Amino acid sequence: MEQAGYAFVDILIVLAKVIVVIGINLLMVMILTLGERRIAGFIQDRYGPNRVGPQGMLQPVADGVKFFFKEEVIPSKAEKVIYVLAPALVLGPALLTFAVIPFGGPLSVVGKEIQLQIAELNVGILYIFALLSLSVYGLVLGGWASNSKYPLMGGLRSAAQMVSYEISMGLAVIGIIMITGSLRLSDVVMHQNELLFGFLPHWNIFLQPLGFIIFIVAAYAETNRVPFDLPEAEPELVGGYHTEYSSMKFASFMMGEYIALITSSALMTTLYFGGWDFPYVDESSLGIWGVLLSIIAFAVKTGFFLFLYLWVRWTLPRFRYDQLMGLGWKVMIPLALFNIIITGVVMSLL
Amino acid sequence: MVGELVPILVLLAVAVVIVAGIIGLTHLFGPKHPDPVKLSPYESGMEPVGEARTRFSIRFYIIAMLFVLFDIEVVFFYPWAVVFKKLLSMGSFILIEMLVFVGLLLVGYLYAWKKGALEWD
Amino acid sequence: MVTIFFFIFAVTALVSAVLMITYKNPVYSALFLILTFFSLAGMYFLLEAQFIAIVQIIVYAGAIMVLFLFVMMLLNLRQETRLPIGRPFQVALGSIFALILLIQLFFIVKVGLTVSKFGAFPPEKINKIGSVQVIGGELFTNYLFPFEAASILLLVGIIGAIILGRKKLPNEM
Repeated sequence: MEQAGYAFVDILIVLAKVIVVIGINLLMVMILTLGERRIAGFIQDRYGPNRVGPQGMLQPVADGVKFFFKEEVIPSKAEKVIYVLAPALVLGPALLTFAVIPFGGPLSVVGKEIQLQIAELNVGILYIFALLSLSVYGLVLGGWASNSKYPLMGGLRSAAQMVSYEISMGLAVIGIIMITGSLRLSDVVMHQNELLFGFLPHWNIFLQPLGFIIFIVAAYAETNRVPFDLPEAEPELVGGYHTEYSSMKFASFMMGEYIALITSSALMTTLYFGGWDFPYVDESSLGIWGVLLSIIAFAVKTGFFLFLYLWVRWTLPRFRYDQLMGLGWKVMIPLALFNIIITGVVMSLL
Repeated sequence: MVGELVPILVLLAVAVVIVAGIIGLTHLFGPKHPDPVKLSPYESGMEPVGEARTRFSIRFYIIAMLFVLFDIEVVFFYPWAVVFKKLLSMGSFILIEMLVFVGLLLVGYLYAWKKGALEWD
Repeated sequence: MVTIFFFIFAVTALVSAVLMITYKNPVYSALFLILTFFSLAGMYFLLEAQFIAIVQIIVYAGAIMVLFLFVMMLLNLRQETRLPIGRPFQVALGSIFALILLIQLFFIVKVGLTVSKFGAFPPEKINKIGSVQVIGGELFTNYLFPFEAASILLLVGIIGAIILGRKKLPNEM
């Protein structure tokens, strides 16, 4: 049988990339849990958590330890196996999604070129959508297995919400695929690595502004964030699908949600804002510094979108459920189709 | 290619270990003092009333059904979008093909709208 | 390496398919069916058909099974009530079909239809162009009619779904 050309070194490189990416993701989750509350404090003109460690920096650690030592309550009516499985089904796919996102320019070490991306799939964008479509299960099964009214209602609602916006999200990126002619995210980034009309960075945001608006709205709905956080609407549904969850199982839902935020911010960066491209600079000519620069550019852009998530959360009110479904089906889908047609017409005229 | 699958499987393995670790450890560390009231379904402090699993609005079914259909439509869009630029060099036939496809689906979409399937009350 | 992966996926597919049939709780059955779809997707991947593999997950695991789960929850299905296996006529018919399938399978393996000659697109070529590019290129030139026919099929599906769920719609004429 032919070997796939996988030497021991390659496996080690893959493992190193996996550990770095997952490590940074988990670290970012900790930062986000603190950042969210600190920013809430700032916006609402109060302090937020600032007691554990300097400026409350150790708060996430304290929270984590607390979650591990909390009582694990499994409701007597719950469907035990699925009840335990559901948080895993949220966190697992969330951890896998980052695999195809390129987080820096190619790095060459002792004559070996290493892509700063875990898996270079030729169906990269679809891989993300496939995992996204799976994240519904965790919510819906968590709600169902709890065998309690609020979680069940919350789970069903969030599932209906996620599937509705998944369509517009899928349609929104079609424009980018048309421009790029590939589903590989590294191709999408390389394609944005030039200049448009000689002075603008060739970022897709300038070519697909409508697509980006659709994408970002759909992303907020997919990640269940304000103004689309209906599944957890406290006044109506108590806590939504995770009402009956406690200890680290509850935290797994939260971690999954925060990792989804990170991934979707990274995806917005990659698809619409040039990925790791630092405008007006040819990274490949700078060697190792170029790689470093590209990683920083990627981190800064992703960080901006993460901040936007938090900012929006403490600024906008929540939709009503019928408004949410109406927006998804009656506004977003026609707009997304319109975007595709416009893109097609413009491309055939040029 | 198998080579493309390996990194994903490595990542999958690491993710499984992390998730199982988190859920397993919290099971080990947490205290356990179960009592019937604590383990009963949460209904804002009231005695739980009736069954949780009742029948739900048919709308969830319609939404799920429409989702399946539109999702398949989106799937058809991907290969089209990938080859769009290449086939455009042979004339705008490729665009017209998709316009026909979208046009037919739009009929279904407008039908759904008119019949009130997209309303949520 | 490919062979090892193939056996892992094949065994998972078979075991989860059997478990899906034998489990009494429909939600567990649905979960095992999803696992089967994943194993099948893995096999498509081994056959260099990345696009089909990922579409298998998006459409079957991500959309159709969500619909199934919804239906189970809407109908509040719990334990499946097993009816005694049907009339002798049904048993006979089922056995005959199973036998035909088995014979077909046997011949395919025996005659070696699986040891195939590649068509216009052997794996190396697909790898060079990319599986999505190949499918797109073929679908929108040589197989245009089936593609447009699919849109009519989807249209029929939309209308059917709405008629089935029609009873409670407000704007009903």
